[in-house]
Amino acid sequence: MSETTPKIRIRGLCKAFGPKVVLDHLDLDVMPGDSLVVIGGSGTGKSVMIKCVLGIITPDSGSIRVDGVELVGASTEVREQALRKFGMLFQGSALFDSLQVWENVAFGLIQGRGRSRSEAKKVALEKLAQVGLNADVGELWPAELSGGMQKRVALARAIAADPDIIFFDEPTTGLDPIMSDVINDLVVACVKKLGATTLSITHDLTSARKIANRIAMIFGGRIIWSGPVSEIDRSGNAHVDQFIHGRAEGPIKMELRRA
Amino acid sequence: MNFLAAIGRAFLAFLEATGRVFIFTLTSVSHCVRPPFFPRLIGRQMIEIGYFSLPVVGMTALFTGMVLALQSYTGFARFSAEGAVATVVVLSMTRELGPVIAGLMVAGRIGAAMAAEIGTMRVTEQIDALTTLSTNPFKYLVAPRLIAGMTMLPLLVVVADIIGVFGGYLVGVHKLGFNPAAYLKRTFDYLEMLDVVSGLVKAAVFGFIVALMGCYHGYHSRGGAQGVGAATTSAVVSASILMLISNYVITELFFAK
Repeated sequence: MSETTPKIRIRGLCKAFGPKVVLDHLDLDVMPGDSLVVIGGSGTGKSVMIKCVLGIITPDSGSIRVDGVELVGASTEVREQALRKFGMLFQGSALFDSLQVWENVAFGLIQGRGRSRSEAKKVALEKLAQVGLNADVGELWPAELSGGMQKRVALARAIAADPDIIFFDEPTTGLDPIMSDVINDLVVACVKKLGATTLSITHDLTSARKIANRIAMIFGGRIIWSGPVSEIDRSGNAHVDQFIHGRAEGPIKMELRRA
Repeated sequence: MNFLAAIGRAFLAFLEATGRVFIFTLTSVSHCVRPPFFPRLIGRQMIEIGYFSLPVVGMTALFTGMVLALQSYTGFARFSAEGAVATVVVLSMTRELGPVIAGLMVAGRIGAAMAAEIGTMRVTEQIDALTTLSTNPFKYLVAPRLIAGMTMLPLLVVVADIIGVFGGYLVGVHKLGFNPAAYLKRTFDYLEMLDVVSGLVKAAVFGFIVALMGCYHGYHSRGGAQGVGAATTSAVVSASILMLISNYVITELFFAK
């Protein structure tokens, strides 16, 4: 496989829910080692795009290749092989309420990879330490944790199996600015340690600037701009400018219902 | 024209829902019979369904047996057939009331809990998280519940049958003045293996229906707390209706001449 093969290559991805078209021939490349952040407003299809890659949502048409292997329409075995390369941090953390914290972190190792519980617990406690949580936290239940701690546990779970590719869905949503910065730092540190490729989606620009080396903007179901993070302030794209400056006036019109 | 369109839409929605339930059922059953299995999860569900439902099923069976004895005695007295009370109690309990009452109680207690738990997992993306952690939600969530439902409800029904018959015995002997030995003799004289077996087959089917509806409605719940609440209601209502329909079908298969 050549070095230029993208880690993830998306071409012509389409997805509609009834009459509402969410993804409209979306194209995107994520190169090995990239930390690509996709920005865009609420309801623009960021989460749908990432869930299509993960196989949680089936796209209507298009192509998704991971390390050159086509996933759209692929067999269960091929999809399972691809899933083994992935780690995912969900927006609401999505920790399993019925399992203790360490079991949450070790879940993919025990159920997905058949590791013994004692071995998986050791790895889980190491990963918890990596995100700044001590072994005592491992014995707690998710409901006993604050939002920031839950996010850290979710990060530990996402990196538990040392994935090649990590997806972050709004990693800082619902956190205060200081905890957001802590999570951003942890994301950067963990990704650097693993040498993983990441695809994140967020509308938090502070977070995007911190964790990305490339940024892409999604609008109308397509990627309308992408480039290095250093160029985001001089993109020359009116949509990007409006979004990063948070202006109500501009080419992006919010759908407001007036009485 | 709008009226006809509305009927058409409702009919199409019904067909779509039926198809979805059918596919869900096939997928779930296929995961029940294929490894890997999760014995720890199956055991946990068995305790939840079997052990923790014992008090409520036992109480309802006891009072059902008692009221059955009382009602049949006062009713049969009109044509001097009081002697048939013991037989009526045991046949009604084993053939019908044991499985139906246990099924309805378990639908209310377990079907609702399954729909709420899986529904919450759905709306908080925990089911998506399972997929990303290389774990099939059908295998991890649905199959253990179906296996536990099918195996534990027959055991619950055995207990319900015994307690129900005992309830009838208590009323028969202590209130209606039957001779204890004669009551017991009457109880077992006309009881056949088929009566008990048909009740247990019904129980296994009801256990499958309760678990299936709980999982199905939970798995497809949408829209936060309200969606989970609606899923819970739908799980109990649909399980109860399907149970009563299948009850007739199974009775027809076993006893129709």
